[in-house]
Amino acid sequence: MITYVLRRLIQAVPLLLGITVVSFAILKAIPGGPMAAYEGNPNITDEDIRRLEHALGLDQPVYIQYLSWLTAFVTGDWGYSYSSHRPVLASIVERLPNTLYLMGTVYVVTLLVAVPIGIFTALRQYSWFDHIVTGTTFAFLSTPTFWLGLLLIIVFGLQLHLLPLGGMATLGTDFDVVDRIRHLILPVATLSLVGIGRYVRFLRASMLETLTQDYLRTARAKGLVERVVVARHALKNASIPLVTVAALDLPELFVGALVTEQIFGWPGMGRLYWDAATRSDYPVIMGFLAVAAALIILANLAADVFYAYLDPRIRYA
Amino acid sequence: MATLRSSRLLAPAVAHPGTAYRERGQWQMAFERFLEHRLAVAGIVVLALLALLSALAPLVSPYNPEKTNLLLIFESPSLSHPMGTDSLGRDLATRILYGGRVSLSVGVLAIAVAITLGTLIGGLAGFYGRWIDAVLMRVVDMMLSFPRLFLLILFGVFFKGMTLGVIVVVLGVLSWMPTSRLVRATFLSLKHRDFVEAARCVGARNRDIITRHILPNSLAPIIVAATLGVAGAIITESTLSFLGLGIQPPTPSWGNMLKDATSEMNQAPWTAIFPGLFIFLAVVSINFIGDGLRDALDPKHVTKRT
Repeated sequence: MITYVLRRLIQAVPLLLGITVVSFAILKAIPGGPMAAYEGNPNITDEDIRRLEHALGLDQPVYIQYLSWLTAFVTGDWGYSYSSHRPVLASIVERLPNTLYLMGTVYVVTLLVAVPIGIFTALRQYSWFDHIVTGTTFAFLSTPTFWLGLLLIIVFGLQLHLLPLGGMATLGTDFDVVDRIRHLILPVATLSLVGIGRYVRFLRASMLETLTQDYLRTARAKGLVERVVVARHALKNASIPLVTVAALDLPELFVGALVTEQIFGWPGMGRLYWDAATRSDYPVIMGFLAVAAALIILANLAADVFYAYLDPRIRYA
Repeated sequence: MATLRSSRLLAPAVAHPGTAYRERGQWQMAFERFLEHRLAVAGIVVLALLALLSALAPLVSPYNPEKTNLLLIFESPSLSHPMGTDSLGRDLATRILYGGRVSLSVGVLAIAVAITLGTLIGGLAGFYGRWIDAVLMRVVDMMLSFPRLFLLILFGVFFKGMTLGVIVVVLGVLSWMPTSRLVRATFLSLKHRDFVEAARCVGARNRDIITRHILPNSLAPIIVAATLGVAGAIITESTLSFLGLGIQPPTPSWGNMLKDATSEMNQAPWTAIFPGLFIFLAVVSINFIGDGLRDALDPKHVTKRT
């Protein structure tokens, strides 16, 4: 298994390299760029711009720029933000925990809610409960994340005044768990509800398939209690595909987090990327894309390994 | 397998011994199965209605979507303005209908681009295999490793918001990967089937084998993927416009109307509710249609009614 993981990690390297090449190429192919803000400014002459470009290395051929970015990146020097002049690595290290905190809570809440509902709908297929749940999940799957966020803000923030409209904590106050949780509820609900829809539908389908398997009939024939049959024999096997879904969900969650952070003023990676993208802050954009791609590739790898661990029929090939 | 299928087909005849045998083509059978999926049919009706109302917006609504009226700012929904007015006194219902033109056509056109590209690339990879397959599929892996919205944001910043044509092309170019995987898989499973070998034996050229024999047999999954893709494209376009990088005001799109609404939600919650409701209606209808198509086109797929 260790050789399998190692091989997959080595295979991930060219993939990641390819992604950085493509991102770099796109950034360079897009006109405008960091100097666009100065063009047309009467106080800055063309010569100033050329001097700036020279200082930042922007006058060199693209592949040299890429290689120097790459060598610096590998050694941990991710460059400095064009707008805030802070080191990129430091900005990402500062923001990443906030996003992971949000996304981690979303994963936990999603699973805690979706798994019991998914099992129950499968056990009571075509009951009124099943109909309501499948209808609701279908509706959530068709709801744009940002609109859901706006609706929650309108209802719970603006109309009922129950919850704060945004931010991670009330500004100017000391750390307070209750305050933190109150700020967490709306963004997490926004992101979880869509995910819950997806997980419930998936688990329901997978449960229904498992429930018809021969080994469940065997388990019942042995005289096991239905609860044990469901919990130990059916659920274990039915939840295997869920691992893949959780991994495949990560890019989706990243996008959702970007939009959600925007709506709720959450100081995470999504906001960082948004600010960088709208200001053509290339070093930050590159750093973000590399980290996001690496996380997504790692999650897929972890899912594959875990999947093979859960299902012995799959061998590490 | 064989017994399963024949019993399924024979079932009605057994139930009604008197029923005369009726010859039906596979597309007609699929159509009849589709009609049984009530929600999918409802989806078609709602979507057709939305498209029709949007297309005929100038005839349906007496208002101009871009004409401001300072005397009518933030009117709550009433008979003359069924969905109220916005911060510039424009009729919200009218703007939603005009916005529907943008959102619906972006969804359909972008997916047309994506399906064309995906079928072409997936077909090449699946049919020719070897290094072509290896290279193309690595490209797919790479493009799937980061979300399309990240790149769309960069393009949006560059174009300072996008026109309909630009969105269609960029969204299409960033959305073909799942289709190409699907097409590749069906091509792989079909290319050594007997009917393809038979065609090859009578001397058919590769081009004809692909277009006449393999492609028509892989249409079903492509159609389903295309339908569900349209729903995704509509959400992505509206997200981009919501962020201010898609369709630019004053041209209304469902997404940019919601962007305007964020600063007005307190005074005029309806400006945030109605445009989103229409995105939801369109997407839910399309998803139901996709569900119905999947059940109809793939008889082996166990019907899971929602």
